[in-house]
Amino acid sequence: MANITSNTEAQRLTFWERIYLPEIAKGLGLTLKQMFKPKFTRQYPEERWIPEGSYRGRPVLVQEEDGERCVACGLCSRVCPALAIEVRAAETDKEKERYPEKFEINMLRCIYCGFCEEVCPEEAIVMSKDYELVFGSQEEGIFGKEKLLIPVAQLQERLEFLRQWR
Amino acid sequence: MSTTELIIVLVQAGILVNLMLVAAAYMVLAERKVAAWIQNRIGPNRVGPWGLFQSFADVIKLYLKEDVVPAAADYKFHLLAPIIAIGVAVTVFAVIPFTPPLEIDGTLYTLTMTPNMNIGVLAVLAMTSVGVYGVALAGWSSNNKYSLMGGLRSSAQMISYELSMGLAIVGVVLIAGTLNLVEFINWQSQNMWLIFLQPFGFILFMVTALAETNRAPFDLPEAEPELVGGYHTEYSGMKFGLLYLAEYANILASSCIMAALYLGGWDAIPFLDDAAILGFPATSIPMVVIGHVAFLTKAFALVFVFIWIRWSLPRFRYDQLMNLGWKILLPLALANVVLTGLGVYFFS
Repeated sequence: MANITSNTEAQRLTFWERIYLPEIAKGLGLTLKQMFKPKFTRQYPEERWIPEGSYRGRPVLVQEEDGERCVACGLCSRVCPALAIEVRAAETDKEKERYPEKFEINMLRCIYCGFCEEVCPEEAIVMSKDYELVFGSQEEGIFGKEKLLIPVAQLQERLEFLRQWR
Repeated sequence: MSTTELIIVLVQAGILVNLMLVAAAYMVLAERKVAAWIQNRIGPNRVGPWGLFQSFADVIKLYLKEDVVPAAADYKFHLLAPIIAIGVAVTVFAVIPFTPPLEIDGTLYTLTMTPNMNIGVLAVLAMTSVGVYGVALAGWSSNNKYSLMGGLRSSAQMISYELSMGLAIVGVVLIAGTLNLVEFINWQSQNMWLIFLQPFGFILFMVTALAETNRAPFDLPEAEPELVGGYHTEYSGMKFGLLYLAEYANILASSCIMAALYLGGWDAIPFLDDAAILGFPATSIPMVVIGHVAFLTKAFALVFVFIWIRWSLPRFRYDQLMNLGWKILLPLALANVVLTGLGVYFFS
């Protein structure tokens, strides 16, 4: 009937452990020590975290002197699991012949998986370090080319990371 | 009591009640700060320097919030519960003498609401027992199963720990031979602080005070993970604020009582005659100021201990709580009374 157990935790305790008070004092000592240790808090709006090259933030288009690298092949749009990317291609007289007339990423759908970057044959879409995304309405959440194009100089770290590890 | 005395007492009461409520509001900030430090964080620091105006921001926010009363709640009792809670919490301060007596024209004045009340200790015990009505009513009138359980737990807990608390106080009452808190402190400044004679009684009182004020590790009435918020789940706005303030006012009251009963109240230096060492007459203004600072230092040090314990220890299970109260603390408190009685009989 009775639940017979022996050598339980309670039986293994010594007398001093069983009357609690010395153990409580130990615990209090521990927390008191913690109070004087350096703090881990980052005071966010003033102190910002700068991510490493490996960080997958907001996807952006690489912009060079003569315009975007993107040739509007549409692979990123195909691979995107969240169906967040829309590309419409157009032709130019330049050497590259094709460019995206319209390139939109719906940031409300984006899941930051990085597939678009992985599939891109031109290294034209990469994940940036930007993690501060705020919109006031759903329409603002759809980023067009004007928000997506970032000069290549600002993306060097990510491009180097990709060359090394991809 | 003459009209002048009555006016003095009323003015003192008005000042003290307001000061105590502000102190209780600041204890909320202190709690958040200490909690943050123990967890290696910084804590509130946005409102004013070091977050010092956070308490005012909190109170303003609570006043501006909508007061939601559940449709199924009993409105009258739902309103009455926070009033009882805060009323009782403030009433406990009535008997606490905050300063040594000051002599003006041959009359002694003490900063307290009830000068020289000769049953001070009994009044404290009586008021803390009434305090449970606020919590129990809050739980009952909310008409919510979690609130009700919180209220019931609180009643059971208070009834169990009240006995041990009373018996712990009997120890010091036997030694000092008075129930008047002013005489208590005078006895201690003439002889020695009672914590040296009753260290065990002090620990008993501390543990029961934690249980009486519903503090961790005995915060079962509001146990967040099991009871959502316990008795104040259904409260919002300033009614919630009052229940919250009452809780902190209770902690401050317990700390003040412990400071008065065990730590010598306004007596700044243990074992020695303060007035003789510092070179002021015993009932002069400098001694009153020193005594007041000493009293508040002790009280707030104890408040810190309360907060410190909360952020160090896990909560008891309900059966462990009852076991500790009835099977351990009560016999220990009785033994303490018997031994103290024998000691007083043989040594005095």
